Amino acid sequence: MSTSTPTPSVVPKAKVSPRWQQKLGHLVGPLVLLGPPGVWLLLLLVIPTLLIFQLSLIPGIRPGQPMDGFGFGNYLNILQPIYLQVIWRSVFFALGSTVLTLLLGFPVAYWIALMAPKRWQNLLLVGFVLPLWTSSLLRAYAWITILRPTGVLNSFLSTFGLPTLDLLNRSSAVFIGMSYSFLPYMVLVLYASLEKLDKRLLEAAADLGASAPQTFWKVTVPQTLPGIAAGCLLVFIAGLGDFVVPELLGGASSMTVSRLIYNQFLGATRNWGLGSGLSMVLILAVSIAIALLIKYGDRDPESFS
Amino acid sequence: MSQTAMQNRPVAETNTRFDVELRKVFKVFNGETVVRGIDLNIRQGEFFSILGPSGCGKTTTLRLIAGFEEPSAGEVLIRGRSMSGVPAYRRPVNTVFQSYALFGHLSVWENIAFGLRIKRQSKAEIQKRVQESLRLVKMEQFARRYPAQLSGGQQQRVALARALVNQPTVVLLDEPLGALDLKLRKEMQVELSTLHKNLGVTFVMVTHDQEEALSLSDRIAVMHDGKLEQIGTPNQIYDYPQTPFVADFIGDTNLFKGRIETTDYGMWQVRTERGLRILVKPTESLNGSMPNQVVVSVRPEKIQLSLEKPSSPINCFEGRLMHTMYLGTHVHYLVELLSGDRLTVLQPNRAKLAAEPDSPLYIYWAETDCLALTA
Ligand SMILES: Nc1ncnc2c1ncn2[C@@H]1O[C@H](COP(=O)(O)OP(=O)(O)O)[C@@H](O)[C@H]1O
Ligand SMILES: [Mg+2]
Repeated sequence: MSTSTPTPSVVPKAKVSPRWQQKLGHLVGPLVLLGPPGVWLLLLLVIPTLLIFQLSLIPGIRPGQPMDGFGFGNYLNILQPIYLQVIWRSVFFALGSTVLTLLLGFPVAYWIALMAPKRWQNLLLVGFVLPLWTSSLLRAYAWITILRPTGVLNSFLSTFGLPTLDLLNRSSAVFIGMSYSFLPYMVLVLYASLEKLDKRLLEAAADLGASAPQTFWKVTVPQTLPGIAAGCLLVFIAGLGDFVVPELLGGASSMTVSRLIYNQFLGATRNWGLGSGLSMVLILAVSIAIALLIKYGDRDPESFS
Repeated sequence: MSQTAMQNRPVAETNTRFDVELRKVFKVFNGETVVRGIDLNIRQGEFFSILGPSGCGKTTTLRLIAGFEEPSAGEVLIRGRSMSGVPAYRRPVNTVFQSYALFGHLSVWENIAFGLRIKRQSKAEIQKRVQESLRLVKMEQFARRYPAQLSGGQQQRVALARALVNQPTVVLLDEPLGALDLKLRKEMQVELSTLHKNLGVTFVMVTHDQEEALSLSDRIAVMHDGKLEQIGTPNQIYDYPQTPFVADFIGDTNLFKGRIETTDYGMWQVRTERGLRILVKPTESLNGSMPNQVVVSVRPEKIQLSLEKPSSPINCFEGRLMHTMYLGTHVHYLVELLSGDRLTVLQPNRAKLAAEPDSPLYIYWAETDCLALTA
């Protein structure tokens, strides 16, 4: 683009075309480049979102009914305590699994990036990401066979004479399932960040008298903060919209926004207007998280001040 | 052999206090021996340099002192205390790293305060000492900046301040000026020297730049291939190199391989491989023993040039001028002797020789201006 900008001092007389035309000319290049993905985005993202937004403005619409009425009734509906509680629960599940994956993922990523022998690193990573290649449905069912009252875990516990645990169909199962699902993402993002960490900084810290834990908290964590933020936001976003895990492992008490939306469209309740309103709320929340991710996720630690 | 020679140096080392001692230190990486039995005593308050070509093991030696590596054999002592099993963070040394290794997420002020905060100094004490260090390296107005916003020279100053603020027993510097351009390097050399004089702290610097080592150091250890070739003052290293490697590595020299033929009038007469006869004063450090094979070293600036045959026939050889290069203050001549040996000669500009290329001329030097080294 910049190559097409003539310096005025060189060609002062060549400026025949009016200013706006020239400006338009500068836009052609980017437009041609951005065109194809732009069309794709328009068809698959922008238009469907607008359609959902339109639906969300129609109160109480069911399939086969005429679209009558118009207003923000659906959004006011969402503000009822019963729905707010569902939204809060979704956020709670997403936050909880974010914290869990961070606590589980950081030591793993740290070990692979900084302690494991160099030539094993890729293999270890692949091993960790492997579960991602199976269907999320399959993984949820696997957890059912493990967690149900007569499942693998409890038969294991009872052979050792330990009290059995009733984990399935409650929030604990949702946390377990989500953390398991999203741990590989967290490990990958943290690994990328830790692998880039300048090892000489760790020596510099030791040189200045910092013990290993002090070095960890004062250098490693601040230096990898962008990666930590990126991993957390990624897991949070995925957890907020997850449907499979709460549906299959959570039981009736673990109603989340995604399950509620499902019910409004395909379940017993059938209220497309409310479902669309809830979807818009979810889209907004995720968009904010992604905006944060873009703003802070891929930064040098230098600019993180 | 060179090591026994330097151990015999008549210096009153017995009642001097040493800050750093290396005793027969070896370091092996994956079967490759990088440091081969180094013996070293660094005195309190001295500016000591380890000088050698790239890859000879200088950084590794420094890291052994800092505690980032443990010796495969031998022992490191600091202030007389063995450092075996003492981790880096417990050693009373601070390092200025080769590429500074400043903390990018901390400001200049916080970088310098890092060590003091770890040691849980009081707020007032930290404030005072950081300010003092900033002033010492002339970086007061940059305290709030981040390392990414500083030039190479400024980062270098911060790295120095970050080490000095902890008042270590020994400051280790790994090629501290290596990343700076020539002009800045000269400036920083002066500042390093001033800092050392004012603080009185022991500096151990690693460098491959002989000029830097010669101009800054109280003593220099020349390292080659994991071993120390010679330890001495800049003057000793330059004027009395003990091995051909040192003679060649420090400054320019002309080397002649040969055998000692006769020893007349307290002089050695060396016959070189190409048949030249050179008179040399016997080398003191050899303690009277006479080696068979020697290498004669003559510095280019010690050689005289003349168009007419000089009156004294000692160390006088005929040759022709191959090439002249003006260096401003000096002129550099390349001369080929009748024997086929090629010599470089350095003369001050005022004594410019009116010689054409290829013209015949004579070179000569006094027997006290050359050295016989054991090969
Ligand atoms: N951690 C290490 N593992 C394996 N080899 C190393 C390591 N550190 C240094 N070396 C090797 O030791 C030799 C000397 O390195 P170094 O001490 O850095 O030299 P210098 O600082 O004099 O240039 C080099 O050949 C280098 O490859
Ligand atoms: Mg080095």
